[in-house]
Amino acid sequence: MKRKDSPLAFLGRIEGLPVVGVLLLLYVIFLITAPKVFTRPLIYMSFLQTVSPSLVLGLGLTLIITAGEIDLSFPAVVALSGFAFSWCFKHLQMPWSPWIGAVLALAAGAVVGYVNGLLVAKIHVPSIMATLATQFFWYGITILIAGGLQLNIKEVEETAIHTILTGRIPVPMISTDPLFEIPAQAIWGLGLAVFIWFILNRHKFGEAIMFIGDNPNVARVMGINVEMTRIKLFTLMGVIAAFAGLLLTVEINVFFPTQGQAYMLNTMAAVFIGGTLISGGQGSIVGTLFGSYIIGSLQAGVVATGITSYWVQSVMGFIMATAVAFNVMIGEGQIGRLSARIRHWVVPARLQAAGESSKQDDMPS
Amino acid sequence: MVEAPVRPYAGRMVNIEKYFGPVCALKSINLEIGRNEIVGLIGDNGAGKSTLVKILTGVFPPTSGELYVAGRKVNFKRYNVKQAHAHGIETVYQDRSLGEKQVLWRNFFIGREITLPFGFINVKKEKEIANEIMVNTIGFRGKGITVDSKVSVLSGGERQGVAIGRAMHFKAELIILDEPTTALSLKEVRKVLNFVHKIKEGGKACIYISHDLQDVYEISDRFIILDRGEIVASIIKQDISLKALDEFLLEYAHGLKDKEES
Repeated sequence: MKRKDSPLAFLGRIEGLPVVGVLLLLYVIFLITAPKVFTRPLIYMSFLQTVSPSLVLGLGLTLIITAGEIDLSFPAVVALSGFAFSWCFKHLQMPWSPWIGAVLALAAGAVVGYVNGLLVAKIHVPSIMATLATQFFWYGITILIAGGLQLNIKEVEETAIHTILTGRIPVPMISTDPLFEIPAQAIWGLGLAVFIWFILNRHKFGEAIMFIGDNPNVARVMGINVEMTRIKLFTLMGVIAAFAGLLLTVEINVFFPTQGQAYMLNTMAAVFIGGTLISGGQGSIVGTLFGSYIIGSLQAGVVATGITSYWVQSVMGFIMATAVAFNVMIGEGQIGRLSARIRHWVVPARLQAAGESSKQDDMPS
Repeated sequence: MVEAPVRPYAGRMVNIEKYFGPVCALKSINLEIGRNEIVGLIGDNGAGKSTLVKILTGVFPPTSGELYVAGRKVNFKRYNVKQAHAHGIETVYQDRSLGEKQVLWRNFFIGREITLPFGFINVKKEKEIANEIMVNTIGFRGKGITVDSKVSVLSGGERQGVAIGRAMHFKAELIILDEPTTALSLKEVRKVLNFVHKIKEGGKACIYISHDLQDVYEISDRFIILDRGEIVASIIKQDISLKALDEFLLEYAHGLKDKEES
């Protein structure tokens, strides 16, 4: 006999569904509480733009956390990559300077990630400690070589790289409003999400990540090169963080030494809201995608509702906690337990017991 | 007995020795495991059982000696877990054979994925074969367990069944079961023993390591007794009763037996 799934349990198996639910619910609440802002397309366009660097970081971090590790150094990489790009753009000759800058920025991210990987995989420094240290180190280096100053790169708006990374794409089918154009970085974020989803769920590398996060000893006896996988993973995270730094710097046309610092906690919140296990072994890319938009929409949304600004942080915290609780409750395999619990609440225990005994009576003996 | 001329043994160790610094863990081990033989490896803690297993499975090389698997000599310079798999040696551990939070089909093929170009996994094919192994080799029929189930919903015995089924699928010549029943209930132990019977039926060889002498006695064709890094006895099941085997081991445990007796 095959186990019958209730339609509810089937829904529970769709990756990231609870998070999508939370995001929609959030937008419904905002539509009711701040209709002036949320019935116009502009706010959504602004989300597509501001969330993208954070989403890109979250996608990389999802892989890292799935492998049972953590990376705290990505804010420093965002700053370093932004600096590398801006410096090249300012000091090298056009037309190649933005391209050299972009390549150098990604390379810098790879170096930071590779060093993280060596520390974690070869020297066996716990990743939380190793990347905390490298976060301080690279952040310090960036401030040092930047002289603590910001670099304005207004001219980047004229370049092809600006169009490719952060250009605006008009979409007449969705809205004729001339203000509504999709920022290219949103497409990059979505594209990277699809790519990373395939890497995690359909590629050997992703499977190795899941097994290592689950139990490195199992991975080892099954012939996975645990050290090499960890080094590759941290290097990939470095490159992804550098890419996020590029998206940010090119969009805002300026490098400033503290860029990236604000992403640390938001990105982690997005990953965990998305349903990736903090204990490793399981990660949800779809969850991170929508989790990033939840986190990215919260501040603006809560402010738009007109709540006193003192309340904003608390309300955000409350919504985050609710989102995670919601995810745990209706996450994979939990539906059955939840419906059983609801049955307990709805039907008093005594009645239930009576019902069961009468059922037994009905059975032919 | 008719012996196949090409591959008379599933595994054969010749003068294997292992030193950890000055400490001798294994001393001139000569051991042959027949092609369809279940060998119970018995010995107290520290007797060298796990060292022996680790050499066989490619975790580390011996200090000296030769190893043949299915007639082929093993080159220890290039021997590792992957190579051991390629030679046909599979290991089922007490607790590190399967990734608990992972679905079954992934567990069957981890480290040996069926891939499409660029290293992407052929999920459809893997699921098909995993299902085939579950139904035909392991016999998980109608238990509500599918290839999409997570390992965490399986009982301890079922988990070992999956690991054994996996080993058999990959054409293992020699399956090593390293304490597969520790921490299992009696009912689950029974399931594991049934799976071991399937190895025998499948014409493969097996080294069974357990502290539970009763299980070892029931399942094995022959017993090899290790003591302080040496093989002290190799006894065919017909030649000894469970009670006699138990007494024999107790004497070793108390240090009463002399080595000449082997």
